[in-house]
Amino acid sequence: MSEVSTQSSAATTLSAPHKTKKSYLNKIGFGFLYLILGLFAVIQIYPLIWLLFFSLKTNQEVFGMSPFSLPQDPQWGNYTKAWTSGNIGVYFFNSVWITVLSVALTIILASFVTFAVTRMSWKLSGLVLGLFLVAYMIPLHSTIIPLFNMYNSANLIDSPVSIVLSYTAFNLPLTIMILLGFYRTFPREIEEAAVMDGCSVHRIFFRITLPMTVPVLSTTAIINMIYNWNEFVFVNTFISSDNWKTLTVGINNFVGQYLTDWGAIGATLVISIVPILLAFLFLSDKIVEGMAAGSVKG
Amino acid sequence: MKNVMSNKYVIALYTLPALLLILTLIYIPIVLSGYYGFMDWDGIGEMTFIGLDNYITLIQDKLFWTSTYHSFLLAIFSTASLLLYLAISLVLASKIKGSDLLRKIYLIPMLLSSVAIAQLWMKIFDPTNGMANKLLEMFGVENTPIWLADPDIALYAIFIPVIWQFAGFYILIYYAALKNVPDEIIEAAKIDGASSLQIAYKIKLPLISGIFKVTIMLAVVGSLKYFDLIYVMTGGGPNGASEVMASYMYKEAFKLNNFGYGSAIGFGLLVIALFMTWLISKLTKSKDDVQF
Repeated sequence: MSEVSTQSSAATTLSAPHKTKKSYLNKIGFGFLYLILGLFAVIQIYPLIWLLFFSLKTNQEVFGMSPFSLPQDPQWGNYTKAWTSGNIGVYFFNSVWITVLSVALTIILASFVTFAVTRMSWKLSGLVLGLFLVAYMIPLHSTIIPLFNMYNSANLIDSPVSIVLSYTAFNLPLTIMILLGFYRTFPREIEEAAVMDGCSVHRIFFRITLPMTVPVLSTTAIINMIYNWNEFVFVNTFISSDNWKTLTVGINNFVGQYLTDWGAIGATLVISIVPILLAFLFLSDKIVEGMAAGSVKG
Repeated sequence: MKNVMSNKYVIALYTLPALLLILTLIYIPIVLSGYYGFMDWDGIGEMTFIGLDNYITLIQDKLFWTSTYHSFLLAIFSTASLLLYLAISLVLASKIKGSDLLRKIYLIPMLLSSVAIAQLWMKIFDPTNGMANKLLEMFGVENTPIWLADPDIALYAIFIPVIWQFAGFYILIYYAALKNVPDEIIEAAKIDGASSLQIAYKIKLPLISGIFKVTIMLAVVGSLKYFDLIYVMTGGGPNGASEVMASYMYKEAFKLNNFGYGSAIGFGLLVIALFMTWLISKLTKSKDDVQF
């Protein structure tokens, strides 16, 4: 899928104008299409702008004025209130380390499997790969009651271990699928030469293959990161104490307490989505590429 | 020479950790889910074997079928909205300026957590101060709806943010597929005098039909197991009006402590999802599938 991004950037330079007599009509048509596309963009983005606005407003402003009005006197206090009066800091920290640890585990384990399946020769490789690919089709909701029971008997309920293990297991299939596409098109000559030179498998994997796959690893890392950061069901089910809750579940309970303080609710929500928006601002091409790759391969 | 690359010890070392994870956390649980379905069990105490009772109850349970119906409604809405996304992608991919930026703006909701989206849209649907009703008032609507509190509307009101959330994702997929259509074919058709509509309808759409089938699958199966927004926004209410399969399962197990019956529902969800996967791949199968 890596050619997609290069093609799309090349595409803009290709707009060869076809001058015909219909060009006036074409212009009107194009204007109309732009209007629709623009309107769609507004629908996609305006709810978030509205959220940002009301996170800086007082209740009087929210209730009394138009949803399009700017905050008159930005209430930054809403943000200090959101950050200090709850456990947001703890939730935020939990989200960060649980996400990072799970992503690292997923990527290294998925790389091991993909390497073994595509580069090494053994009889059961097809079956093992099949198990991972079929697991992608299984809805996680069907596993949640037994998982709850298993973690419960292993004393892992209300422990972040259950979350990290679940994230890793459920992200492995998609990660392997994305890696497969990359490994299969990647030339094996270097690895084969290394075998001739008497390199050990570990050396080949860690010194040659893994460094060569860094571009696709970063793509899968970002996709995994977004999924883990936003995950809700596992944490909501397996974690009950505030110490281990992540941001999604934490803010869901936290926001519920406020009920009518719109400013504080808005500020909490904004705090929770800012990291993702920042990531998107700097890594949008990678994110776009990864999202497309993951779905198309599936 | 190839001996190093078929070292059994290394193969086991590389595959077993991941394999053990998915076997214990994905495959064993789905078997257990079917098994727990045979039990009367509150999640804490002893299990009692009750045979097929839970599954018989499930088949006769009106609430289960209503929630299944709601899940399928969502699947139909999501699939229908694919046509809109396809139309938008066709325009976006036809080399217009700013398509890169627009595509990224469309994608933003997809990156947010379901909880943030749910909480935001609960505010949008707020009957007195929400953006939805304020907008309706600006257009002179007097009896504004109470959205999530109205049993007739709640389910459809939730469909709106669900579709809002995933729009950019599907547009992104179609856009990527359309960009893979070779330029030479399009140019050749233009020289032959084909109009933009003809090119879209006769050339581009057939060439991306493979991707279209994948997205139908994603939309249907994704809808059938949909949970997050509904759980946060209405919890399946009011009075079951927006209950879907996954939320019904969750409620039975974790709110009412019917772990046995909840497992039976979860197993039913699995069977229905896998059956639909099979059915769709069967229905959309054709010999001339284009592979990307």
